[in-house]
Amino acid sequence: MTTTQTTTVTAPAPATPATRGSLLPPHIARATATAGGALTVVSAFLAWTWTSAFPGDLTVYGYPGGLQWLVLVSGALLTLFGLSSYGIKGLNWLTPQGADPAIRLAAYAAFATAWFTIGAISTKLGGAVNLEPGAYVALAATLIGWLGARSLPYERPETSPADPDDSAFDQFKHNLSNRWSVYKGTLATTPAPPAKTLPSYIEILIVAVVLALGLAVFTYGITTEYDQLFIGFLITAGFGFAAIQKAGLIQRVSTLTARHRNVTLVGAFVAAAAFPFTQSDDQYATIGVNILIFATVALGLNIVVGLAGLLDLGYVAFLGVGAYAAALVSGSPTSPLGIQLPFWQAILVGATASMVFGVLIGAPTLRLRGDYLAIVTLGFGEIFRIAVLNLDGTSGPDVTNGSNGISSIPNLTMFGFDFGATHTIAGFTIGRFANYFFLMLLVTLVVVVVFRRSAESRIGRAWVAIREDETAAEAMGINGFRTKLIAFALGATLAGLAGAVQAHVTYTVTPEQYQFAHAVPPNSAFLLAAVVLGGMGTISGPLVGGALLFLIPAKLQFMSDYQLFAFGLALVLLMRFRPEGLIANRRRQLEFHEKDEAPATLTKAGA
Amino acid sequence: MTALLEVEDLRVAYGKIEAVKGISFKVEEGEVVTLIGTNGAGKTTTLRTLSGLIKPLTGQIKFNGKSLRKVPAHQVVSLGLAHSPEGRHIFPRMSIEDNLRLGAFLRKDSDGINKDIQRAYDLFPILGERRKQASGTLSGGEQQMLAMGRALMSQPKLLMLDEPSMGLSPIMMQKIMATITELRAQGTTILLVEQNAQAALSLANHAHVMEVGNIVLSGTGQDLLHDDSVRKAYLGED
Ligand SMILES: Nc1ncnc2c1ncn2[C@@H]1O[C@H](COP(=O)(O)OP(=O)(O)O)[C@@H](O)[C@H]1O
Ligand SMILES: [Mg+2]
Repeated sequence: MTTTQTTTVTAPAPATPATRGSLLPPHIARATATAGGALTVVSAFLAWTWTSAFPGDLTVYGYPGGLQWLVLVSGALLTLFGLSSYGIKGLNWLTPQGADPAIRLAAYAAFATAWFTIGAISTKLGGAVNLEPGAYVALAATLIGWLGARSLPYERPETSPADPDDSAFDQFKHNLSNRWSVYKGTLATTPAPPAKTLPSYIEILIVAVVLALGLAVFTYGITTEYDQLFIGFLITAGFGFAAIQKAGLIQRVSTLTARHRNVTLVGAFVAAAAFPFTQSDDQYATIGVNILIFATVALGLNIVVGLAGLLDLGYVAFLGVGAYAAALVSGSPTSPLGIQLPFWQAILVGATASMVFGVLIGAPTLRLRGDYLAIVTLGFGEIFRIAVLNLDGTSGPDVTNGSNGISSIPNLTMFGFDFGATHTIAGFTIGRFANYFFLMLLVTLVVVVVFRRSAESRIGRAWVAIREDETAAEAMGINGFRTKLIAFALGATLAGLAGAVQAHVTYTVTPEQYQFAHAVPPNSAFLLAAVVLGGMGTISGPLVGGALLFLIPAKLQFMSDYQLFAFGLALVLLMRFRPEGLIANRRRQLEFHEKDEAPATLTKAGA
Repeated sequence: MTALLEVEDLRVAYGKIEAVKGISFKVEEGEVVTLIGTNGAGKTTTLRTLSGLIKPLTGQIKFNGKSLRKVPAHQVVSLGLAHSPEGRHIFPRMSIEDNLRLGAFLRKDSDGINKDIQRAYDLFPILGERRKQASGTLSGGEQQMLAMGRALMSQPKLLMLDEPSMGLSPIMMQKIMATITELRAQGTTILLVEQNAQAALSLANHAHVMEVGNIVLSGTGQDLLHDDSVRKAYLGED
C-alpha cells in the first residue's frame, strides 16, 4: 500500500492553549521531554553507586544493571514517544491516539522508577553519600523529562470553583474532584485513525512479537530476585503499560488479536509453555504453576460472576472439593480410601465431586434473587472448611484427616512420564514443578476454550440476559433458574478440575488452604478480586488479574502483615477509578462510564 | 369459536393486598383489546399474571385452548404470548440487534430470525440505523420501539403491550400508536394497556375500563370513546 498515512500527531488544540502549569511553550516542552528521555537512557549506563552492596550491581560504567534496566526501558519509551510526536517518518505508528498523553505517562514511568531506585539505594546503604555522579544525572534527566511532559499543552476541562459557603471538607472534596478531572484532561486522547491494512502474515507476525514481549515481561517480573527490583518492575510496568495504552497501541493490537483469535490463543499457549524453558532450575516454575492454578480458577469464577452475574463468595470451596476428592483417590497413605486411581479418573472424580456440590448448593438458592446467593455461598465456603476440619475420626467420621489434611500425595505418572522427576528435554532441564506447569497449562487451555465456547453460545447469551434483566429474560423464554444453575455448576466443575491438579502440586491438602480471606491466594476473596481487577466477562482479565494478585504477595514477603490491608485499599481505589477492571469488556465499560468515554458501538463479549 | 385468550374471574394479590379482584375478559384473534384505567388499577398486574410472572389466587386463563395457570414465565412465550413489559425492560448494555435476537431466543430458524429482524427494522427504521449501538443509549421512544420489536421476534399469537406511550413526547406517542395501527392492519392480535385513553380507545376493537382491581365498564372502543363517564374520568372533559 502506498497511501501515506496522514500525520496524526497531536495537533494541540490551538484555540485553547494550556493555561496553568505550563512553564514552557509547547515546542520547547516537547523537546525538553524528549531530551530528558534520551538523557535518562544515557544515565542508565553510568555508575549510580560505588559499592555492589546494593543488589544488581549499579557500579559499572557502560553497562546497566538491575534497576537501571528498568530506567533504561522507561527512558527509551519516553524518547520514542517524544520522537513520534514530531511526526518522524517510521515512528508515527507508535502513537495512533496522539503522543502527548503517552509522553506524560512515560515520563512519569522514568521519573518514578529512577527516583525510587535512588531512594532505595540511599536507604539501603545509609545515605546519599553513597551515590555516584551517575545517579544525579539520572535524577536530573528524569526531572527534565517530567518537567517537559508536564508543560505539554492540553485541553483543560471546565471546572467550577468551590462554593465558599460550603464546609471546609466539602470544598476540599470539590477541589479534589476538580484536580482529578484536570488530570484526566491531561491524558485525554484523540480517536485513532483506522489502521492501515497489512497482509495477514505480517499481522500474525505482530501478534507473535507482542506475545513474545509479553512472555519476556512476565518472565522478568516472576524472576526478579529482590524486593526493590520487583517494586521497580511494578512501577515501570504500570506506567509503561498505561503509556502504551494511551498511545493507542493496545487498541491496535487487540484489533489484530480479535481478527486472528485462534492464532492468538495458540500463540499465547505456546508462549506460556515456553516459560519453563527460560528457566535453569525449578525455583520460579513453582510460582508459575501456582499462578496458573489461581488464574485458571479465577477464570472459572468469571463464568459465574462475570457472565452470569452471580456473586459467589465461597468459590474456593469448589477448588477444595476437587482437591480433596482427587487426594482421596490418589493413593496417599493418609487417605482412608486407600485406592489409587489413574490421573484421568482422579481428575474426573474431582470435577464431578465439585459439580455435585455446585448443584447441591445452587439448586435451593438460585431460585432466590439478589443477595441470598452471596450469603449462602459465603456460608458454604466456611462450612466446607469446618466440615473438612471435623471429619478427622474424633469429631466425626474419618475422611479428611482433619487439620493435618491428606498428605504425601504421590506424584503423577502418565504414559510412563514421572511428574516428580527432573527430565531433560532438548538440553533444557525440566523439573517437577515445570512438569506440573505443563499439565496445568492444559487444564487452563480447557477452561479457556470452555469459557469462550459457552460465552458465545446460546447459553452465554442467556447468562448475559439474566444478568442484565432477569424479568425481561424470562419474558424472552429463558429459564432463569436453569440458566443460572448451569453457570454455577459449570464454574464449580472447572474449579474441581484445577483442584485435582493442585492436590498433586502441593503434596498436601489441608482445610486452611481454602478460606474466604487469607494472606496468600488462592482464597475466595482474592479470586473474586482477580476477576474484578482483571475485568469481568473477559478471558485475559482474570488471567492477568490472577497473575498479579499471586505475584505481588509472593514477591513482597516483607508486606505480609499488611497484605490484606493493602489489598483492600487497592480494591477500593480500583473500584473508584477503573471499575471495569484492567482489561475492559467493551460492554462493561459502557455500563460503568455511561456518560463520559464509553464507545457507542459494541463488540462481542470477551477480549 | 372460542377466543384466543379467555380470562375468567381472575384474582391476584400481593400478600394481603388484592390488586385484581376477579376480572373476566376475552381477546379474539385479529383484534385489538385495550385495558384502560388510572394508576394502580391493576392493569400491569393483570398482564404480569397472564405471562406467568405472578401466580393468581383464583381464576381461569385460557390461551389458545390451554390453561396458563401452571405454566412458568419462561414457557409462556413458547405458547405464543409475548409481553412488552411496563418500563420497557430492554437489555441496556446490549446492542439493538442482540436485543432483537434475544426476543427470538426460543426460535431455531436463523433464516426466519434474520427475516424478522429485517422486518423490525422496516417497522422501526431508526433501529436499523443504530443496530450496533448499545440500546441503553436510545431515547425513551426508541427504547419502546425496541421493546415492541423484540416482543414481536417470538412470532407471537398475542402481543401484550404495557403502556407503550408512557413518558413519551406527543410526537413519539403518535408514532407508537401509528405502529400499533399498522400491526393491527397486518393482523397481529394485541392486548394493549394504556393510561392514554383517547389514543387507545380510538384504535381498539374492544375496551375495558379498570378501577381498583375491577372492570367497571366494557364495550367497543368507539362506544367508550363516546361514553360520558369515560369522557369525564379519562379524557379530561367535563
Ligand atoms: N410488587 C408489588 N407488591 C405489592 N403491591 C403491588 C406490587 N405491584 C403493584 N402493587 C399494587 O397493586 C395495585 C395495582 O398495581 P398495578 O397493577 O401496577 O396497576 P396499574 O398498572 O394499573 O397502574 C396497586 O395498588 C399497587 O400498589
Ligand atoms: Mg402499570
